[in-house]
Amino acid sequence: MPKKIRVLIAKPGLDGHDRGAKVVARALRDAGMEVIYTGLRQTPEDIVEAAIQEDVDAIGLSCLSGAHMALFPGVVKLLKKRGAGDIVVAGGGIIPDEDIPKLKKAGIQAVFGPGTPLTEIVQFFRNAAK
Amino acid sequence: MKLVEQVLKGDKRAVAKLISMVEDDDPGATEALASVYPKTGKAHVVGFTGPPGVGKSSLINRLVREFRSRGKKVGVVAVDPTSPFTGGAVLGDRIRMADTGTDPGVFIRSMATRGHAGGLALATFDAVKVLDAFGMDIVFVETVGAGQSEVEVASRAHTTVVVQMPQSGDAVQVLKAGILEIGDVYVVNKTDLGGADVMATNLQFMMDEKEGWRAPVAKTSALEGKGIPELADAIERHHKHLRSGPLWERRESDRARKELLESMRRLLAETFSEKGAGEAFESNVKSIVARRIDPRTAAANLLHDLPRSG
Repeated sequence: MPKKIRVLIAKPGLDGHDRGAKVVARALRDAGMEVIYTGLRQTPEDIVEAAIQEDVDAIGLSCLSGAHMALFPGVVKLLKKRGAGDIVVAGGGIIPDEDIPKLKKAGIQAVFGPGTPLTEIVQFFRNAAK
Repeated sequence: MKLVEQVLKGDKRAVAKLISMVEDDDPGATEALASVYPKTGKAHVVGFTGPPGVGKSSLINRLVREFRSRGKKVGVVAVDPTSPFTGGAVLGDRIRMADTGTDPGVFIRSMATRGHAGGLALATFDAVKVLDAFGMDIVFVETVGAGQSEVEVASRAHTTVVVQMPQSGDAVQVLKAGILEIGDVYVVNKTDLGGADVMATNLQFMMDEKEGWRAPVAKTSALEGKGIPELADAIERHHKHLRSGPLWERRESDRARKELLESMRRLLAETFSEKGAGEAFESNVKSIVARRIDPRTAAANLLHDLPRSG
């Protein structure tokens, strides 16, 4: 059996808008991946704990509240602290252009804004699992 | 084996990696499971089944908290379906189990069926073994939302909890064979919807005493957190009931028998799968096509000619 790609889709922070997260979850499912969706209002600690227990290859974070500069790097830092720095992290949501280089520097490997083709996101997670 | 040592030392990441190896049928999985096996047998394995949307995940979420407050370490394996078309899956049981957060005494693993029928994945009970060896006192197994016939969990768990909800059919639904015969504990969840008493009475009416145990019917509202301690009591009572007599040993034997047969079936199938089939197999295939022999006789002959083990 070929190894399945497992991805955690998570919503850190306090906004309740998860349409985007669900659309991405569905696209990854249709691409043959196993997607664990953890629901709204997760702390970075919750997300990292879930990622470790589920043994995912990558995490997709969605945040529309504007708190991404605190929450996304927080997840990367915690992963490293738990010895799971090999899990790839990507982010999406309403992210101002000027924040993207800073997020990448903080270890977020890709940032997908509104209008990103789903095929691009699927391809990213495929590569992430290699 | 390093991974197994880490599991026994309590490393959650190692536990997760080992479960993945089993799921992916990694070549090292058999050996790893073999070295984990002697450390298993302590956990009380509780299966949950019932139709989709009755609140199995939410109930488990509440029960995890309840058993944590009773000092038990809790593992969960939650199964959701794999798409037969794409092989993908969205595993959403964790959404309802978010109360657990980062509690070190809890380990939750979502699992896709990957084509296995019966409401479980092939690797489900191997994952249970890993959690058992990891030191969990109680392990909950949540089946995919099962219909009326997914009963496999009952032959593998010590205690089977069947979850129903009010307003989901009359007394005749309860009379039908299948899922309503396998429960050791029944739950009518969503009492907040009203009509739970009727459902519970219908269920109670169906229960006979079997091996000194009459399955209780608990009424809960996972939403409001009502009836949870009583349900936990019922699960613990059943555990004590099994442990106090010969039943525990008998269930363990039944389970071992089933697992041995299943493993033999898998091994046989693998022995004769495309890569290792060999000449005798292929010549039998030709004979079956040419109607010189029938498939059953050919199978019996091939098995008879297998080299004896040991």
